[in-house]
Amino acid sequence: MSLENDSTVDERLKEESRVARLMKRPELGAVAGALLVAIFFMFTADGSMFTLSGIINILSPAAQLGILAIAAALLMIGGEFDLSIGSMVAFAGLVFGFCVVNFDLPLILAIPITLIFCAGVGAVNGQIVLRTGLPSFIVTLAFLFILRGLSLVGLKAATGGSTQLRGVRDAVEGDPLAPFFSGDAFQGFFQWAASMGWIDTFRSGLPKVPGIPVEIIWFIVLAGVATYVLLKTPAGNWIFAAGGDKTAASNSGVPVRKVKIALFMLTASCAALLAITQVLDAGSTDARRGFMKEFEAIIAAVIGGCLLTGGYGSAIGAFFGSIIFGMVVIGLTYTNIDQDWFQVFLGSMLLLAVIFNNAIRKRVTGER
Amino acid sequence: MSESILHMDNIEKHFGNVIALNGVSFDVKPGECHCLLGDNGAGKSTFIKTMSGVYRPSQGQIYMGGKPVQFGSPRDAMAAGIACVYQDLAMIPLMSVARNFFMGREPTKGKFLWKRFDTEHADEITMTEMKKMGINLRSADQAVGTLSGGERQTVAIARAVYFGAKVLILDEPTSALGVRQTSNVLATIDKVREQGVGVVFISHNVRHALAVGDRFTVLNRGQTLGTAARGEITSDELQDLMAGGQELAQLEGSLGGTI
Repeated sequence: MSLENDSTVDERLKEESRVARLMKRPELGAVAGALLVAIFFMFTADGSMFTLSGIINILSPAAQLGILAIAAALLMIGGEFDLSIGSMVAFAGLVFGFCVVNFDLPLILAIPITLIFCAGVGAVNGQIVLRTGLPSFIVTLAFLFILRGLSLVGLKAATGGSTQLRGVRDAVEGDPLAPFFSGDAFQGFFQWAASMGWIDTFRSGLPKVPGIPVEIIWFIVLAGVATYVLLKTPAGNWIFAAGGDKTAASNSGVPVRKVKIALFMLTASCAALLAITQVLDAGSTDARRGFMKEFEAIIAAVIGGCLLTGGYGSAIGAFFGSIIFGMVVIGLTYTNIDQDWFQVFLGSMLLLAVIFNNAIRKRVTGER
Repeated sequence: MSESILHMDNIEKHFGNVIALNGVSFDVKPGECHCLLGDNGAGKSTFIKTMSGVYRPSQGQIYMGGKPVQFGSPRDAMAAGIACVYQDLAMIPLMSVARNFFMGREPTKGKFLWKRFDTEHADEITMTEMKKMGINLRSADQAVGTLSGGERQTVAIARAVYFGAKVLILDEPTSALGVRQTSNVLATIDKVREQGVGVVFISHNVRHALAVGDRFTVLNRGQTLGTAARGEITSDELQDLMAGGQELAQLEGSLGGTI
C-alpha cells in the first residue's frame, strides 16, 4: 500500500540538529541566563566575587531560595501554585522553635514533628484545592495570610508578647543532629586544603571559607533528587501528566489527586526544612521569616522554564534560576551599582523568562 | 464465522424521563470492523459510554466472550479488554510520544529505591509499535504536540492495542481530519483488525465507514435500524437510514447528491 511508504519519509521534515534539540530543553533559558548574568558581573564587579568565598556567598542565598524554588517548580509542573510557602517558613519556624525551646525536645523529635505538621498543612491546602475545584492561586493566597497571622499570634503566645522566639541555640547545644541542619559541612577538608595552601587563609592560618554551609548541600541534593524523580521515575511522568491535562491523565490511570496532594505536602515540607536550617543558624525565629519568598520561588521556577499553565518545566532549571537570584542579590554588593536595583533586575528577568518560555513552548508543541 | 467477543443485548439507557437508548443490540467479532452509524443525537455517545463502562445500562445485558459481565467503571472495562479512544485522545501535547504512550502504565526496572521508569525500553517499544502502524517517528521523545491529528490518533490506537485491547472503540476518529490523514487512520484500523482486534468504528461519515467497515449498524433515535454486512448495502441506503428516510431524500435532490 502506498500509504505506508508515504508516511515513512516525510520530505517536509528537516533533520533536527543537536543544537535544535538542546533548544527544546526547558532549563536552557535558566542556564543561558545564569551565564549572561555571570558575564555581566565579570565585567562590572570586583574580582573577588568569583573567588571561593565569593562563590559561597552567592550560593548561600541561592540555596535558601532554591530549596523552596525546586519544590515550587515540581508543584508548578504538576499544575498548581503554592503562594503560602513564604508564610509557611515563618509558621514552621514557630512550630520548630516551640518544640525546641518551650518543650525542650531533642532535634530527633523536633525536626520530624515540624516536617509532619507542615506537610499536614500542605495536605489541607491540597485537599481544599481539589475538593472545591478552586484555583490553587486563591486557596494558597488565603493561606499566605492565615499562616502569617498564625505565626504572629503563636509567637506572641509562646513568648508572652514578643514576635521573636530566642534561645534556640542554647536549646540545641551539642545535639548530634544539629550539624546536618546548621553550620558548615566538610570543615576538616577545608582546614586541610588551607594547610596545603590551596585555598585562601586568614593570617592566623584558618581558611577564609570554613566549610560549605549545609543549606547548599541540601540545595544540591534536592535538585539532584527532584531531577531524578521527574525524569526517571513513573511518579515524574505522573507529575508532568497531572499538570499537562488532568482529565487525560486520570483517564489513562494516573492517580492525579494523590500526585497533587503529595506535591503540596512536598512544598510545605521544603519550607519547613528551610525554616529549620534558618532558625538553627540564627538561633531564633521571628514572624517575618520567609517574607515574600513565595514570589521569589515562583520567579526562580519560571526563570527555570516552568510554564504557569503546568505540565512543563524542570528542577535543574529552578536550580539555575535560584543561582541567578543569588548572583544578582550578592553580585550587586561587589559593584558600584545601587543595591536597590535588585528588584528591578528580578522583575525584568521574570518578564524576559516568561516571554522566552512562551516561544520555547511554541517550538516544542509545533504551534504556529 | 467466529464467535463475537463483545455482545450487547437489547441495551436500554434512561436518564430520568429521557430514553437515550431503547433496546440496542450490537456485537463485535475478533478481526472485524463494525461501524456504528448515526446522526447527532442518535445515541451513539451514550451507547459507547455504556460499552466502555462509563454508564451502566438501565436494561439489557453485556456479554464478553459469551459470559455476562457488568462494568462498574471504565477501568473495569479496560481490564476486560475494552479500550475506548475518545475524540480528545487522552494525550498531553507537551509530553513526548513515549511518555504519553506509557502514561499511567510506566514500565520500571530496578528494585525498591532504585525502581525507576525504564525510559530506553519505553522509547524502543514506542518506536516499534508506531512503526507497526506505519508511522516512523523522528524520535520517541518528540512531543505529541508536533504530531499531526492523524498521527496522534494512531498513537492513541497503538497504545490501546499494545496494552491488550480486544475490542477497540474509536469515537469519530476521522471527523476532524483532512483527506490524507483520514486515509492514514483508516489504514491503521485495517492493521489493527489484522491483529484480531474487534474494532467498533463510530462515525457519521458514510464514506469513511464504507471504506473499512465489515458490518454496519445504524442507530436512530435510540434504536437500531438494522445491521448489514459489507456489500449488502449501498452508501445511499445507509445515508437514508441515518437521516431517518424521506427528509434527506428531498434535501439530496436539491443539493445534487453531494452529502
